Amino acid sequence: MTTAQPISTPAPEPAGDPADAGVIRSLPLSKALNLGLRAALAGSDRVLLMGEDIGRLGGVFRVTEGLQAEFGDRRVIDTPLAESGIVGTAIGLAMAGFRPVLEIQFDGFVFPAFDQITSQLAKITNRHEGAVRMPIVIRIPYGGHIGAVEHHQESPEAYFTHTPGLRVVSPSTPNDAYWMMQEAIASDDPVIFLEPKSRYWQKGEVDTRAPALPLHASRLVRRGTDVTLVGHGAMVHTLLQAAALAESEGTSCEVIDLRSLSPVDYGPVLDSVRRTGRMVYAQEAPGFTSLGSEVAATVMEKAFFALESPVLRVSGFDTPFPPAKLEGTYLPDADRILEAVDRALAY
Amino acid sequence: MLDADGTLSPTPAAEPYLAVIDALSDAELEGLYRDMAEIRAFDVQATNLQRQGQLALWPPSFGQEAAQVGSARAARAQDHVFPSYREHVVARIRGVDPVDIIRLMRGLTHGGWDPTDPRNGNTHIYTLVLGAQTLHATGLAMGLVFDGRSGTGDLERDEAVIVYYGDGASSQGDVHEAMVFAASYQTPEVFFLQNNQWAISVPVSTQSRSPLYRRGDGYGIPAIPIDGNDVLAGYAVTRVALDEARTGQGPRAIEAITYRMGAHTTSDDPTKYRTSDEEQSWARRDPIARMATYLRSRGASDAFFADVEASARALADDTRVRTNALGGVPTDLMFDHVYSEPHPLIDEQQRWLADYEASFEEGTS
Repeated sequence: MTTAQPISTPAPEPAGDPADAGVIRSLPLSKALNLGLRAALAGSDRVLLMGEDIGRLGGVFRVTEGLQAEFGDRRVIDTPLAESGIVGTAIGLAMAGFRPVLEIQFDGFVFPAFDQITSQLAKITNRHEGAVRMPIVIRIPYGGHIGAVEHHQESPEAYFTHTPGLRVVSPSTPNDAYWMMQEAIASDDPVIFLEPKSRYWQKGEVDTRAPALPLHASRLVRRGTDVTLVGHGAMVHTLLQAAALAESEGTSCEVIDLRSLSPVDYGPVLDSVRRTGRMVYAQEAPGFTSLGSEVAATVMEKAFFALESPVLRVSGFDTPFPPAKLEGTYLPDADRILEAVDRALAY
Repeated sequence: MLDADGTLSPTPAAEPYLAVIDALSDAELEGLYRDMAEIRAFDVQATNLQRQGQLALWPPSFGQEAAQVGSARAARAQDHVFPSYREHVVARIRGVDPVDIIRLMRGLTHGGWDPTDPRNGNTHIYTLVLGAQTLHATGLAMGLVFDGRSGTGDLERDEAVIVYYGDGASSQGDVHEAMVFAASYQTPEVFFLQNNQWAISVPVSTQSRSPLYRRGDGYGIPAIPIDGNDVLAGYAVTRVALDEARTGQGPRAIEAITYRMGAHTTSDDPTKYRTSDEEQSWARRDPIARMATYLRSRGASDAFFADVEASARALADDTRVRTNALGGVPTDLMFDHVYSEPHPLIDEQQRWLADYEASFEEGTS
């Protein structure tokens, strides 16, 4: 029996033609994740990928495409169709010194594994008083905007951010996807890695040489002076759309990508709110007891005297995610964010 | 193998296992009895300690000693053990200090011992969520396969896994998923089901309309039922199953048919859900009395039984003394191991609590 073995994280070699040197390339987010997983697999033979359909098929979103062919079926494992089994056996593999990276095929399918994630994985290091580590990453494609059927468009992040012992992150750009995946795998703690599935096909620049921000840092993505807009995952792009529209109407919005949902890096958020005096949090998830609720409460506790107006939340409604034909109404868009900006400015 | 009256009279099905029993020395046979008798004394003491308010809860193992001792003694030193929460003598045989189990039930820890400490014989901590550990055991067994730590043909070195669960847990989805994964990856693993007839107040007939061991067939896992109150059967069948598993033949399942003579835990009252006739019929099949009769027939001395009684009493006394001497828990324990790596929220709350508590000390000075 060994405890989890640490892995080194040297700057990984870029995939593809070595002649392109891979410094900065335009890649879709799904391909950036694939490159990040590939780098981790190449960097340590203790890293394993497990999930339904991730091997020969390459995953239903093709995030793991080609990896089984390259690393073999002992490193990239097509599992039986059993989410609790995937997470529970990964716990045992971590006890045997592996670093499993799991794919849950869709957000709404994570609940059959909920006990193994929240009662077991999250607590095992604590129950062992540190003697057993759980370096497991659980990848979950999440969120709406793809017009899918029931259980395929949900945003379950609050269940996991509410659970001590778990770390929760969500990249919004291909560059973050590439780097955050490797950082999550290098972590000795369990990481819930939420992939904004509506962004899988959006391209962006990936710098495979210069490491990006640490895993648990938030990032200021647009400067502004009047209102601070905060969000995570796919919503960051909606916030940027809203900020561009606001600018055309004479309002200057600052935009922050939270990146890490647990722990939250409040520094850039609080700095921004102290400059603007106003904040709007936008998320796809239902608003009641959500991440936005937590961030809003903390900002009001820590920056109360800087605030010119209440922190406002723009959320999905407190209903089950609706049938796809209604998702355009359910999901916050730039207009709903701007409506909240207007309310904040009206104080 | 052993009749309820302690006579060795193997059934035809037991014949293939007789060589395993024949290989046991008199001292080893007496050791099986000693294991059972000592843990019963410990178990009674722990139950009393709970009644006296020293423990939050106690899950008695009274009546199930044979299944546990036989299977635990059958495991080899390099094997990995995943108990549920009643395998007190399994843990002890593997090297775990029984007072570490007390610490868990007293509310001092959520674990009790370090499974990576060689003194604990690769024994994992108790899991209170039914069946969850069957998946952890299966994952670890998958790791043994991936790392070539099993299946080389060297019985003294190849590692295997034994995981314990009960008749109630057999209804849990995780047990099914564990068996699917175990069969898929041909893990070196023995699923050891102790059917003690009752899942708290619900009888096994509500868990399954057919004998539980027969479920093995559905997963492609060879399975065998044994008399769980016969320590020799427990030993021999588990020994063979573990060795088959470790030599690359895939997982095995055993259903040990036994009975818990006490409550499920100290929180329930068995008189509300079962009859004294039933309890008395099982008492006549007591595993310890049966083994004592067998040993006497082989010539075990009165001095041996007196010595076991004395050591059992000593363990019980020691348990009481050491339980009463257990101290409190440092507050930092709550914060120290939530994460392996630094976490700002935890650090902030730990500092806040320290400052908050210090403020009272300043106030009284």
